[in-house]
Amino acid sequence: MAGKLINITLRVWRQSGPNDPGKLETYKADGISTDMSFLEMLDVVNDGLEREDKEPIAFDHDCREGICGMCGSVINGVAHGPQSETTLCQLHMRKFKDGDTIIIEPFRANGFPLIKDLAVDRSALDRIIQAGGYITVKTGQAPDAHAIPIPKPAADIAMDAASCIGCGACVAACPNASASLFTAAKITQLCTLPQGNPERTTRVIKMVQQMDKEGFGSCSKYYECEAVCPKGIKVENITTMNREYMKAMVSGK
Amino acid sequence: MLDAKIPAGPMAEKWTNHKFDMKLVNPANKRKFNVIVVGTGLAGASAAASLSEMGYKVKNFCIQDSPRRAHSIAAQGGINAAKNYPNDGDSVHRLFYDTVKGGDYRSREANVHRLAEVSVNIIDQCVAQGVPFARDYGGYLDNRSFGGAQVSRTFYARGQTGQQLLLGAYSALMKEVAVGNVDLYTRREMLDLIVVDGRACGIVVRNLVTGKLETHLADTVILATGGYGNVFYLSTNAKGCNVTAAWRAHKRGAFFANPCYTQIHPTCIPVHGDYQSKLTLMSESLRNDGRVWVPRKDGDPRKPSDIPEADRFYYLEEKYPSFGNLVPRDVASRNAKLVCDEGKGVGGGENLAVYLDFADAIKRDGRDVVEAKYGNLFEMYERIVDDNPYETPMMIYPAVHYTMGGLWVDYNLMSNLPGLHVLGEANFSDHGANRLGASALMQGLADGYFVIPNTVGHYLATAGPSEITAAHPEVKKVEEEVAGRINTLVNSKGKRAVNEFHRELGLLMWDGCGMARNEAGLKKALQRIPELRQEFWEDVNVTGSPGTFNQCLERAGRVADFMEQAELMCLDALNRSESCGGHFREESQTEEGEALRKDAEFAYVAAWENTGDLSNPTLHKEELTFEEVHLTQRSYK
Repeated sequence: MAGKLINITLRVWRQSGPNDPGKLETYKADGISTDMSFLEMLDVVNDGLEREDKEPIAFDHDCREGICGMCGSVINGVAHGPQSETTLCQLHMRKFKDGDTIIIEPFRANGFPLIKDLAVDRSALDRIIQAGGYITVKTGQAPDAHAIPIPKPAADIAMDAASCIGCGACVAACPNASASLFTAAKITQLCTLPQGNPERTTRVIKMVQQMDKEGFGSCSKYYECEAVCPKGIKVENITTMNREYMKAMVSGK
Repeated sequence: MLDAKIPAGPMAEKWTNHKFDMKLVNPANKRKFNVIVVGTGLAGASAAASLSEMGYKVKNFCIQDSPRRAHSIAAQGGINAAKNYPNDGDSVHRLFYDTVKGGDYRSREANVHRLAEVSVNIIDQCVAQGVPFARDYGGYLDNRSFGGAQVSRTFYARGQTGQQLLLGAYSALMKEVAVGNVDLYTRREMLDLIVVDGRACGIVVRNLVTGKLETHLADTVILATGGYGNVFYLSTNAKGCNVTAAWRAHKRGAFFANPCYTQIHPTCIPVHGDYQSKLTLMSESLRNDGRVWVPRKDGDPRKPSDIPEADRFYYLEEKYPSFGNLVPRDVASRNAKLVCDEGKGVGGGENLAVYLDFADAIKRDGRDVVEAKYGNLFEMYERIVDDNPYETPMMIYPAVHYTMGGLWVDYNLMSNLPGLHVLGEANFSDHGANRLGASALMQGLADGYFVIPNTVGHYLATAGPSEITAAHPEVKKVEEEVAGRINTLVNSKGKRAVNEFHRELGLLMWDGCGMARNEAGLKKALQRIPELRQEFWEDVNVTGSPGTFNQCLERAGRVADFMEQAELMCLDALNRSESCGGHFREESQTEEGEALRKDAEFAYVAAWENTGDLSNPTLHKEELTFEEVHLTQRSYK
């Protein structure tokens, strides 16, 4: 793990608020160790800005181990940057070369209003879950955990889908700004498990309706979402969602 | 002496009897009570959802943009429950016994017994919510042994158990938001607690998007705001984790218990530069197959693969033949520090790392088997360190991971301030001086799903509604104080960045109040902390204005509180001149250099009261008595 030092140029989207004009500002980041994570590089730049009494670049982040889903920006046109199945916080500077220019922009979508600089409002995703992304069971109502055996293949499909971290990269990457992959992952998880069956029909209808209401586009199978998903969630989930939706509409519920 | 309000009767019947003895709130009256829950991790989300289902009006707050991001999400390993599905002799009593012993006899027996009792209900609840736990080919739940336990009682969902449990609790919460019974306040940070006539009745939060201060009043306040590991700057905690909510409550009168109890996790990726922002944990399941070693010769320059067997020091296997590499977390961590302090560490720079070697496991089981078990962890290691652990041994070093200390609570999870309840990592109660693996998730969900829904009702039925309104002078006073503190911070136009102060404080705490402490080191830290605090207020530069989305101000506020809490941690560590659980007091060791607990002097909870003078808090003690589990010195030889 012998890191070397590189000099890079950042072009960062700065915008003080949702109604203010924004533009790309240029910052020099010299002497950056290739062992740094991308966000640590931004920390170093921000510490420098603070020392000069300039406002640091606002960006969302929290766990910095690729699981909370809070971080995410578009790096040189790619949501979460160049490394596949990797959140921005887990991307390291060794993926860049000395002298590189890196363009950093927020996740852009109608459903994600900008808050400041690179931080956006992704509460629309919470509202999609509120529309039906749950199983209605109250605390204390549950039967013994072994009451319903679940075939391992079904449990594995549910787990694959449930790995979604809700970062919104799928939306940012989609030319239609569709939230289909996010919504479909939750629908797949819950319709694959027997516990999710009673609400299967209403769930898919309400969640798809909410997704449309939030201003997300529909899926035209560009597969960009799958390409940037840090957790490797597959487009097959969208096929499942569409099938479930058709079934629900046909059954007329 | 503090009264923990432990119910009378035999240990196994206390909780059942207590549930019957507590007062109830009539279903029709529940909607008249307002409950504030701060935090949306396992404890907060499960409490908010459960209380809303019962009919209470709930307001739930979190600092992230979504409740799904709370740091419970990062837990990898699993959750314990006394289901005994594997038929290997587990029981509620055994889980209770193991947890009290693992906590090194510094936890409250009655709380731990209740925890073990409700552990089985947690698994049922999560499965019903659709949590995709690992299953075997028959479709039943799979269990594994974890953290050296001699029974397989850990339920897991790949290496993402915390994520799946949190998303389960989050989905229950979203269900209640949808019915309109929970009002969700995201991107809000609690900056103070409102206490009127001794009763906690509200909070002041800052809206992190607009910068506006908001006051919320309720009949009871529940804090589920997590731990304070970030006082060390580098820890496995998320960047946003902080002590502010708990610390502000402490300054309003809540006792802070055992602040010096921190857990240092043995298998983390080592520190690699001054700029480093956090440490990454790798599941300790790695120790099931990896062998820990360092070169026998100090500063051996050879590559690990060139060092012959005879020149390798497998220190855990040699010192602890019966447990070997599977000794508990505290023992593994302390010995890693010990060999590095002796100059045997590896990794270059300051040589603060030891090898975790899978070569034997790969030779024995084949690379495929090792990959199937640990593939995702190896991948994560390679992503961060850029080294292939299939070929070169991993390097690991301990890191701050969890804080057992927290706000003092009684058996009902209520602090000494009536109306203030504290759940999960934010309270102190269940893990004593050392938390066992896969027990944090269990405690968070036990508190939120099964304990607080019962005990809050008893409090509200007894105390009745709070009559305090926003116009009350005490409410105004708290609001003004919060605004004043923010103004002082934003007017700080010094030369240094907030992070610089935080890093300096962290190093100071790691050196003086880390996994091994002594009187001289603690006194040195106690001298330096107030100085550093003063330098912070004089020379920090906080940019931007208070009425905007201002992450610099957020960080500054949290660091300011860590600067105060650090002093209490050191005072507590100084007072506790025994070695126990996660902490080793150098003056208190056996002839063989093992931790020496002093039960006659220290079998108590140290609960500190703020006096207004940070250097002179008042110590209150809660005597710990052990009826069921007999006090013995732990031995892993």
